[in-house]
Parts: sequence; C-alpha cells; structure tokens
Amino acid sequence: MPPTCEKPFGKVAGNGIKLFAYIGRRIAVVLVILFGSSFLVYNLEAVAGDPLADLRTSTATNKAFLIAQLTRQLQLDVPPPIRYFIWLKGVLASFLGTPDFGKTRQGIPVLTEIATAVPITIRLVLGATILAILLGITVGVITAIRQYSRLDYVMTFISFLMFSLPIFWVAVLLKQYLAIDFNNFLSSGQIPVGQLLITAAVIGVVLAGVISGSRKRVLTVWGIGFAGTIILLVLVNATNWIIKPGIGIVGVGLIGLAAATGFTALIVGFENKRVLYSAISVAALGIVGYYPVMAFWKPGTINIGSVLLVFVILGFLGVVAAYAFTKIDRGPAVRVTVLTSVFVSFFLLVDKLMQVWNDYLNSDGINMRPIPTIGEASVRLSSDDFWINTMDGLVHVFLPTIALTLISFAGYVRYSRGSLLEVMNMDYIRTARAKGLSERTVIVRHALRNAMIPLTTLMAFDFAGVIGGAIITERVFGWHGMGTLFNQAIGSQDLNLLMGVFAITSFMAVMANLAADLIYGALDPRIRVGK
Amino acid sequence: MAKKNNVVETTGESNENAIALRETDGLSQGQIIRKRFFRHKPAVASLIGLIFITIFVFSASGIHLGTDKAPITIPGWWQYTITDIPDTNFCATSVGCPNWQHPFGQDPIGRDYFALVMRGAEQSIMVMLIVGLIGGLFGTVIGAVSGYFRGWVDAVLMRFTDFIITIPSIIIGAVIGFKFGNLGVVALAVYLGLFSWTGLARLVRGEFLSLREREFVDAARVAGASNFRIIFKHILPNAMGVIIVSVTLMLAGAILLETALSYLGFGVQAPDVSLGSLISEYQDSFTVSPWLFYWPGILIIAIALCVNFIGDGLRDAFDPRQRRRITRKDLAKKAGE
Repeated sequence: MPPTCEKPFGKVAGNGIKLFAYIGRRIAVVLVILFGSSFLVYNLEAVAGDPLADLRTSTATNKAFLIAQLTRQLQLDVPPPIRYFIWLKGVLASFLGTPDFGKTRQGIPVLTEIATAVPITIRLVLGATILAILLGITVGVITAIRQYSRLDYVMTFISFLMFSLPIFWVAVLLKQYLAIDFNNFLSSGQIPVGQLLITAAVIGVVLAGVISGSRKRVLTVWGIGFAGTIILLVLVNATNWIIKPGIGIVGVGLIGLAAATGFTALIVGFENKRVLYSAISVAALGIVGYYPVMAFWKPGTINIGSVLLVFVILGFLGVVAAYAFTKIDRGPAVRVTVLTSVFVSFFLLVDKLMQVWNDYLNSDGINMRPIPTIGEASVRLSSDDFWINTMDGLVHVFLPTIALTLISFAGYVRYSRGSLLEVMNMDYIRTARAKGLSERTVIVRHALRNAMIPLTTLMAFDFAGVIGGAIITERVFGWHGMGTLFNQAIGSQDLNLLMGVFAITSFMAVMANLAADLIYGALDPRIRVGK
Repeated sequence: MAKKNNVVETTGESNENAIALRETDGLSQGQIIRKRFFRHKPAVASLIGLIFITIFVFSASGIHLGTDKAPITIPGWWQYTITDIPDTNFCATSVGCPNWQHPFGQDPIGRDYFALVMRGAEQSIMVMLIVGLIGGLFGTVIGAVSGYFRGWVDAVLMRFTDFIITIPSIIIGAVIGFKFGNLGVVALAVYLGLFSWTGLARLVRGEFLSLREREFVDAARVAGASNFRIIFKHILPNAMGVIIVSVTLMLAGAILLETALSYLGFGVQAPDVSLGSLISEYQDSFTVSPWLFYWPGILIIAIALCVNFIGDGLRDAFDPRQRRRITRKDLAKKAGE
C-alpha cells in the first residue's frame, strides 16, 4: 500500500476503534475460557468429593433427615453437569445486579463469606507484594549494574535460596526467632553486648560487600560500618529506644534531606542545582509541618483519610516546589520532589506510630509481647484509639509480610537483573554512551525504562494473585481470608464455596493477563496489540 | 542457534565481537554450551550435589511404586523402614533425639526419622522427575505444533492453554489429591504434570514462531522434508535451550508444589510420608525436638536450590543474550593489546 497522507486525528480514532474491538474480542474469548474451566472444575470437584460423606458415617439419630435436608439445600439430586448451569445462572445474574453464588453448607451466602475474606486477604498480601516489587527491582538493578561482582554472587545465592524456600517451613522459623524470641527480648529491651558486636560485624560485611575496590577500601568501609553500628546501637540501648522509640523532628528532617539528595542524585544528577533546591525545600516542609501534622493526627478525630490527606498535601506542595524552582525539564523535577514528599510523609507516619509503640506495649491483652505468631487482630485488645488499632494491625501483618516478601522477592531480583542485562547489551545503549552521556543517565533514563517493561506481566499476575491469597500463608499464620475459604471448601466438600473462590480468582487472573498485554502494548510501541 | 552465532559474530568487526569470538573460536555449538556451563561453578557444584542426593536417597530408601494394594518395592540399604517401630532411646531433654543408631532421631511414635525423611525425599524427587517429564513433553509438543502450524491449530491450542492456565494448579492438586491421594505418589505426579506444561508451551510456541521464518527451515522444506521432520529434526534442536532451562525451573516449582500440597494434606496421604507432610506433622514440636522439623526442610531447600542453580547455569550456557557484558575495562584491555 502506498503511503497516504492521513489526518492524524482519523488515524488515532481508527486505532481507538481497533483497540476496543481487540479488547471486546479478548473479553469474549476470556468468557468462553472461564465457562469451560469453571465447568470442568465444578464437575471434577462434584465427582471427586462427596458432600454427604461425613453424614453417612454419622451416628446421629436423625441421620436420614439431615441427609435429605442437605440434599435439598445443595440440590444434590440434580446431576452435576446440570447443577452447574443452575449455579451459572446465579453467577450470570451479577450482570443484572443480583448476583447469587449459592450458599455454603452452613447456609451462609457464598458472596457474604467472600466479602469478609477479600479485605483480610488484601491486607495480608498487598504490603508484601509492594515491598517485594520495590526491594526486588532495586536489588536486581544493582546486581545487574555490578554483574559478576562479589555483591552479585551473594545476592544471586540469596535469591536462589529464597526461591527454594518452602513458606511453611520459613514461617515456623520466623515465628520462633522474630516473634517469640523478640518478645522475650523486649522484657529488657537492651541489646546484649555479644549480639551488638555480631550485628555490627554483619552490617560492616554487608556494606563492604556493596562497595567494590581495593582491599584497603573494603576494609575501611567495613570499619566504618562496624564502628557506626556500634555507636548507633549503644545509643539505642542508652535511650531505651526499643521500648520508647521515636525519630523526632530532627530525625524526620535528616531523613528528608537524605531523601532529597538521594533522589536528586539518582534521577537528575547533582549538577542540576535547581532540582536539588526544590527537593530540599520539600524536606524543609517536613520540618515546618512536623508539629502541625502531629497535632492533626491526634487520637479522636483521626482516620485513614486524614493520614492520606497529609501525603496528598505534601505531594501537591512538592509539585508546586518543582514548578517554582525549575523552568525546563520539569518532569524529572516533579518526580524527585514527589518522591521526596512521599518519603517525608511516610517517616512522619512512622514517627507517629513510634510514639504509640510504648502505649501499645502496655495495652491490656498485649503485656509487652507485641509480635503475635497467629491471627489477624488481638482479640483481647479493647481500645478505640485509631493509632493503637493501626499498630495492632501492623504487628499482626508483620510476620506474614516478611515471609511472603522473602518468597516473592527472589523472582523480581532475577527478572529485573536479567532484563536489565539484556537491555544493557543493546546497540542504543552503546549509542547513548557514545554521545557522552553519564553512566547514570544511560542507566536511569535509557536502559531502566525499557528493562522494566517485561516486568509488567509479572506484576499484573502478582496483583491478581493478591485476591487469590496465599493459601499456605493463611494456613500457617491463622488468617481467615480467601485461602482459608478455599481450604475449607476442599476439606468439607463445599462445592458452592469452592466455585465462588475459583470464580473470583480466575476472573482476576484473566483480567490481569489482559491488562498486562494492554499495558505492555502501551509501554512498548514495538508491540502491536491486536495483531 | 549455531547459525545465528556465526552470522552475528563474523559480520561484526568491532572489538566487542572480537572478544566474544575469541572465546568460542573453533568450537562446535555443543562444546560452547558445555564450556559455558562448566564455567558456572555453582551450577556444576549443584549438579554434583543433586546427583549425590538422588543416589543417596534412592539407595537408602529403596524405590516404592504402585498403590497400597499392589506395591512394587525395591528395598534400600537403610536398616529401618517407615513402618518399623524400634525401641525409643531417651535422652536428657527429649524423646528420640539423634544418636548413631538413628542419625536423624526418632519421631514421637518411635519411627526412625532417617527412614521417614529418606522416604519423603524419594517421593518428592519422584514427583519432580515425573512432572518434569510429562510437563516437558506436553509443553514442547503443544508449543511446537502451535508455533509451527499457526492459523487455527495455533488458535485452538493456545485457547486450550489459556483454559488450563485459569485452573490454578493448587486447586487441581487439591481436588485430585483429596480424592485420589491414596493411588500413590506416581498418580499425583502424573496429574500435576498434566497441568504444569502451560508456561513451557507458550515459550516454545514463541520460539517456533520466530525460528520457522529462518532460512534453514526454508532450505529443509525445499529439500522436501516433511513437517514432522522439520519440527523435530530442524527446529526443535534450536529451541532446546529454552526448553531445557524452562523444564529445570518447572522441576524446582514441582517439588515446592508437591511439598505444599502434602503440607496442606492434599498431596501424599498417610501412612505414606512426604517432606511436606513431615513438616506439617512436626512443626509444633519445633522447640522440643527441632531435628524433626529441620531435616525435611533442609532437604527440600537443598534439592530445590540445586535444581535452580543448574537451571541458571544452563541459561547462561544456552542464552547468548545473557553472556558476560563487555565492560569498558575489557575494551581498554583489548585496545591495549
């Protein structure tokens, strides 16, 4: 076809229609696939499990009646393939606004069960997923930049080790060492000298491992890390920081300053002084706003909205600062200031939470043993204080988050490392270097962006998996989310419940798949969606 | 793949290619891969470790196939089996702690724990191998046919793959394990294998889609080769790298899936044991008799870690895109020569 002069608008509109047609086609296919797989799972489970098994062997005098009752309630006299369509009819009614996923064996609507389980599961998995993505990509990028260095070998080994860890095994270790032993340790709150020295030595080794260079330099770094940690931990002991922690206005200011310089160095480089000043002004805002925010966050009027409000306001002021200080290339400047503001707000929040730590320790039902090994919330905690309850939620999610992060962290390290290495070997990176760009610009602005594209698929699936929950993690840590529902459904042959969980999780999975493809196409113009 | 390397490395004249070329000068493709793999020290160590673990486990525990009713058993060299209940030895802190007679200790009933752990590891390795075999076979064939024939064959097979993907393997394992768990570990492994080929099929399809457009395929077709011959003799050897790497990762996933299912009670059923069911059973005795908890976990980690490292070594060996990056230092050295 000879090149014709098309109106740009017409072309865009044409693409839009094509895109919609593509999405429509994909959704149609997805619905057919979901129909098939739900039909299969329904019949498999109906054939595999006998919901009346426990009643048949029961010795109750009204056994026949109970069997008849359950048969009627679950329509067991209808053959499974036909019963499936009764179930499907109820599910399809969702489009009319009257969803009906059937009832569990106990007679509770499946949707009610799912509606209580989903928020719990999200609370359990979301933090871990985000943490794993952030940490994993960071470590992956660093190890790719320092490929075949000591750090790379160590991190490769650690990530493979985490790949190979069974979560139910790790969970037991975490419960023992991070919960029970930590709670015992809290009775004094003083770090013993032996552990202090060991920790300092380990931190020294970690720092020395990150730095490459001559033996003298490595040893110096080790020494600085070792001495610094000792001083820090002695201070922690002296101020009884573990029992009464806090960062204070000075700490928040220092952290904000560090974040401002760090993000500036990372994203635009130090030579760009205007961006540095705007970031520092955001850090200064953190100091100025410290007391007003703490007053604003006092118990009574506080809710999750006012916490978010501080994040939003600081972020907005960050954008304003970026616009005030810079005239050209404002995009990266805004990125720097907004990231700094998120950092500052986050540490304001951390500081506030630290202030209630001691109150929380002394609440009834806690008794100086804060880290629980099981459950979603302390049953014996009777407090209507927002911060105490937030703290309670955080300590309960602490162990599961660590366990889940450990497991999924490894995947992100490997993927981002491999992806970045592949991109760094490409010709356009050589071109960028040949232009004389600094290594930072080459990596951050040229390589990293393209290297992160393949990770969207992984992320989409992980976020879809959030709803599906972590069946094993929930079991080990005694949470009652989607995974527990699933376990319960299999164990008690509860077909409607199983199908409810399955419908939600598989729907999320295929939608994530579609979303991943669309995002992929949007991020990478080389990929034509719809072909 | 051999072709690709030659084309890339002889037409380019830059220093980078010269460095890459020098490493592979005069070697066949197989030799290059072997050389790259053996250069990857952790992978070689893991390969030796995995072979050692497998031989040790199977020789100690013996091989158990068949169902409960019709067992086929080859006994191992270890003196106890999982049903033997020798005298319990007592020690200061706990019952059944490890000694020379029972190197891994004894469980609360008095069963020899070394026998239990070896049996569990036997089951896990068996599941791993069978899943790898079945999943690898299905994934390769479906991906190859789909990518080679394209058109409606591809559409049908890929929708079928999507269909299998939407069914979470843990649901299948649970449903099937719950009902047929007593059929023995082989049946469980076969079922898991039948549902674990999807990722591989997609990868192989992608590889075939690009390989089938290459000149050597045209050459084979012009020479009159049948589709079957082109797929298996011409294209498949070129896609072997992707397949081998992906199957190794599938193996590591399989062992973790099996132990997880058994941990939940949906996999290997009592009285038979698996590494997962052992952990599930004895996790509460962690503080009193830690050996009951540590050994199964350590074996799972050891096996999965070895498999993962071998996979990494193979990936480095097969995938030229992940070759060592040519650094500025290398270039400087080259220029100085």
